Amino acid sequence: MGIRELQGYATFFMTIIFVVLMYGYILYLYRSEKKGEKDYEKLGNIALDDEITSTPINTTDPISDEKKGAK
Amino acid sequence: MQSNAALEYDYTIAKLYTYTAILFGFVGMLIGTLIAAQLAFPDLNYLLGEYGTFSRLRPLHTNVVIYGFTVSGIFATFYYLAQRVLKVSMAESKFVMFIAKLQFFLYLVAATALVVTELMGYTQSKEYAQMEWPLDLLIVVIWVLWGIAMFALIGIRREKALYISMWYFIACFLGVAMLYLFNNMAVPTYFASGGVGSIMHSVSMYSGTNDALVQWWWGHNAVAFVFTVPIVGMIYYFLPKESGQSVYSYKLSLLSFWGLMFVYLWAGSHHLLWSTVPDWMQTMGSIFSVVLILPSWGSAINMLLTMKGEWNQLTDNPLIKFMVLASTFYMLSTLEGPIQAVKSVNAIAHFTDWIPGHVHDGVLGWVAFMIMAALFHMAPRMFKREIFSKNLIEAQFWIQTTAVVLYFTSMWIAGITQGMMWRAVDEYGNLMYSFIDTVTVLHPYYAIRALSGVLFLTGFVMFAYNMIKTMTSAKELTEEPQFRSPMA
Repeated sequence: MGIRELQGYATFFMTIIFVVLMYGYILYLYRSEKKGEKDYEKLGNIALDDEITSTPINTTDPISDEKKGAK
Repeated sequence: MQSNAALEYDYTIAKLYTYTAILFGFVGMLIGTLIAAQLAFPDLNYLLGEYGTFSRLRPLHTNVVIYGFTVSGIFATFYYLAQRVLKVSMAESKFVMFIAKLQFFLYLVAATALVVTELMGYTQSKEYAQMEWPLDLLIVVIWVLWGIAMFALIGIRREKALYISMWYFIACFLGVAMLYLFNNMAVPTYFASGGVGSIMHSVSMYSGTNDALVQWWWGHNAVAFVFTVPIVGMIYYFLPKESGQSVYSYKLSLLSFWGLMFVYLWAGSHHLLWSTVPDWMQTMGSIFSVVLILPSWGSAINMLLTMKGEWNQLTDNPLIKFMVLASTFYMLSTLEGPIQAVKSVNAIAHFTDWIPGHVHDGVLGWVAFMIMAALFHMAPRMFKREIFSKNLIEAQFWIQTTAVVLYFTSMWIAGITQGMMWRAVDEYGNLMYSFIDTVTVLHPYYAIRALSGVLFLTGFVMFAYNMIKTMTSAKELTEEPQFRSPMA
């Protein structure tokens, strides 16, 4: 199998993996909201309430949030 | 908390880039209008000797509107909105301020050098990458400085979640950094040959088909990471903020982001359909271009749905008009692009005027509209004055919308006519038309395009005048507007 054929197959399988990952991501987004671990929609307010004196919408590190949710 | 009471966002850098966006926007569009007129009336090529020919001015037009106008718009909006969505002022960090000022100074040097060297005829002869190697090195420094300022601001933020616009700006930074480095790999011939020829000259490290592939990997992704990604970042902030409506679906914005990131990078080979690149790679370029409709429309529809229940704002706020139309043009051009990338359509469209037609409904209707609306939104907050004239914005909107429609409709007709005439054969298989036959037929459409250039430039002058009057003599504001930008 030549390098070009190999590249072609690699692209095909990467596309499949990507499609699976994207659908997995959609599931993850909706599931984590349903379980109450995350609230993505409130993050939209970051643009609206953006005074330097306003209280941050999310004061904690999102990564540590995620770990907390996993427990 | 008391120390925060006097703390304000610092717009010094955003203002500087606003000035350059206005300046380069005018220069770039003026050159664009001139070269459009040259195509219709070739005698205009002889106005300024070698410096006024189409071949000298065409790369200058694209470079000034991309790296002068658009990149200034990107930096201006970044240094404005990054502070706001991260809830941190640039005045809080002397380091960030120093880096940003240094970046601006070097940017001015590079932009001036770009104009001078390209007028003198120095070019790498690569589309959107004409700048020669010394300038490329300077661009790398400017870009790295931007990255340092960006991540330093992120490092000291109060708002821990990164708003979606920030993701787009980060992607712009990373995408351009990677692609720019790869495409501009070149050997300066003066040093390699031990002192022969011009010090400015270089040759690409790639050759033949590989060179073309790397070039269009960059070329198409200059469209992705300069004309699309940061502009989407802008609309995700400025449309919700101006309308007072939170983004319709934050989840959709995240999904569209990751979709766009993956898909865009693979579509560049559609510029090389029917060429010597491997067949599977051409097919991949076509398929990924069609798939690109999904993430692009995901963002555009998300923006239109953000206006749900608030469509009355479209009639009474001209900035909303600009942004909604920008989003609509984004949808149009991200549908048109995939159509052109289908192999059979491309067989007619390739090398015809339909291609610059497609580019311009994107850059005029989407990029320029969005940048101008963003700068209008920023002006009352940065200069603490209301916008000088609402009527002028309304007039500008209709003049420029007419210009964009004239541009792409004339180029649709010209491009398809041209493509059909090139392919037409008689019953014996001989070509029916010579090249000059197509030029004669296309003349009226070229004249219409030149007219559309004059109209768009007129609108831009109105924008510049309105902005300058806003900075200098409009009514002062006592407090910062929360959502809708005040205008007289």
